[in-house]
Amino acid sequence: MTAPVITARGLTKRYGKATAVEAVDFDVAKGEIFGLLGPNGAGKTTTILMMLGLTDITAGTIRVLDHDPVREPLAVKRRVGYLPDQVGFYDNLTAIDNLAYSARLMGIPAAERASRIGEALARVRLSDVAEKRVKTFSRGMRQRLGLAEIVMKRAEIAILDEPTSGLDPQATVEFLEMIEELRRAGVSVLLSSHMLDQVQRVCNRVALFQAGRIVLMGSVAELARQVLGAGFVVEVEADAAADLDARFHAIPGVSAVARVGADRYRLTADRDVRPEAARAVVAADGALRRLSVDDPSLEAIYTRFFRRQTNGEEGKRDAA
Amino acid sequence: MRREGSPWQGLNTVFVKEMTDYVSSGRMLVLGLITIGIACLVVYFAIDNIRQTTAEDPFVLLKLFTTGPSILSLVLILGILLPVVAIGLGFDTVNGEHNRRTMSRILSQPIYRDALLAGKFLAGLATLAINLICLWLLVVGLGIILLGQPPSGEEIARSLLFLLMTLAYAGVWFALAMLLSIVSRSAATAVLAGLGIWFFFILIWPFLANGLAATIAPPDLRYEMLGLQTPATLQWTEMLRRLSPNQLFSEAAVTLLVPDTRAAGAVYLDQLRGAVMGAPLPLSESLAIVWPQMVALIAGVFVLFVGGYVVFQRQEVRA
Repeated sequence: MTAPVITARGLTKRYGKATAVEAVDFDVAKGEIFGLLGPNGAGKTTTILMMLGLTDITAGTIRVLDHDPVREPLAVKRRVGYLPDQVGFYDNLTAIDNLAYSARLMGIPAAERASRIGEALARVRLSDVAEKRVKTFSRGMRQRLGLAEIVMKRAEIAILDEPTSGLDPQATVEFLEMIEELRRAGVSVLLSSHMLDQVQRVCNRVALFQAGRIVLMGSVAELARQVLGAGFVVEVEADAAADLDARFHAIPGVSAVARVGADRYRLTADRDVRPEAARAVVAADGALRRLSVDDPSLEAIYTRFFRRQTNGEEGKRDAA
Repeated sequence: MRREGSPWQGLNTVFVKEMTDYVSSGRMLVLGLITIGIACLVVYFAIDNIRQTTAEDPFVLLKLFTTGPSILSLVLILGILLPVVAIGLGFDTVNGEHNRRTMSRILSQPIYRDALLAGKFLAGLATLAINLICLWLLVVGLGIILLGQPPSGEEIARSLLFLLMTLAYAGVWFALAMLLSIVSRSAATAVLAGLGIWFFFILIWPFLANGLAATIAPPDLRYEMLGLQTPATLQWTEMLRRLSPNQLFSEAAVTLLVPDTRAAGAVYLDQLRGAVMGAPLPLSESLAIVWPQMVALIAGVFVLFVGGYVVFQRQEVRA
């Protein structure tokens, strides 16, 4: 892994007595999509604002592209693109004019402006409405225009705050594809969200925020092993004369076998055991009707983790 | 701890953008037209007045600013209307960005907040200046055409100084409107607060100042028997009234535009000893009299702007 582009150590933000972010540590590697997850008010946006030098840091350090956002905010903001939660534009200006204003603020030379704006609008597929006023734009189009601004900036890091909240499913899928494109172009992406399935679809690694702390961090598969115990659930539907239970148990890596129907079995394993399961059925001379694997879902991890935590707290309270 | 880079980076861009917005906005068009329309009407009546009553006056052009139908005059109209124009221009400068949700996006560009605020402020001042220069040209032009007399150098100098002071006066109100737009996240609250302060200074403060002065320094019976005002009470009244930008503006305007004005406030008998009544003062003397008023107005602009700046720098970007 190359040197991380964002490094946070003991990052803390307090508003008076209230703590918004408490001693957060994380790294974002170059070229990865890193997700900040958690309920609203868990400290995701505050963390993002600290990265951009838009709000003061109470304690700890953060380095963005080897700059300190507190002391060198301009150096950071020149190389980092930010798409705020529910981004706004000047409604009475056209898409091009809005981008032209940002381009001037970015200090893009006049000769390059028109071509870079055109390119960026093409990348987010807004070329045909470039001359329309933003007033007429839908929520999804505004989000895409915000992404165009980051493309135009040629940012090395894109920070996206709740980029898909409030979008319809079609627009969400399109937007996630654009984020993937951005990553393929070599941009490191940090996105915050509370939409778990979407984050799971695009993120390489995630950090789970709760009440200002990171409670879990890693790739989805890692988290699944950590929280759910095992990562993969394989469902087999087959009938066979012989006892399949024992045969499934014999497969290395399987930790549990449950019979969920007359001839349906659910296998929990730490890897994808579909080939072995199929072989087991065939060896028992059975007829295999269905074989499927559930990817570990972030939602399951999330719910399980928080349920376990609340149970734990209740347990403590009972003990007291 | 020093910040890296210039705080003025992006200032020019913000200035040009805001200026375009102001000049092309319907709001500015309406406010500008109302002011210029009323002003032209007043000047037209003033010209009528001057034609009928003035036999000979070396400063006939300046009379255009200070006379009119009954007690109305251009100075009075500007004193009342300019604050409304400035508040109308400035009440949503900063909270508008928050409400449109453009603030955090703009601030994530490589500029400091200084540039955003200063750019907006200078653009507002420039817009006001353009309007006032138009007005000045209209008045002087109307005067030359309808009175048929070319203005003297001193008339031009005095009226230009008046123009500068009017700009400072409008600047005070614009800076106030901007401060309110920073403090209050709601544009409606900001505009109501602004108009409330305007109303207070135009209508209530003159009376309140009288009352306060009479409480602080009660009138002396001996003066009252003679039908005179007590000097101590009078001084307090003047001082309190001068807390209002309107008072400063009208005092400075009259002194500059009526060259035989010898003092901005009350004139005492000993000040008149040796004076040739009705003789105009040289420009430098008039300027010396209004110097405090001018400085106070310009200082007011700075104080209000700096106040807004401090609040803005500490404000959270997030709504």
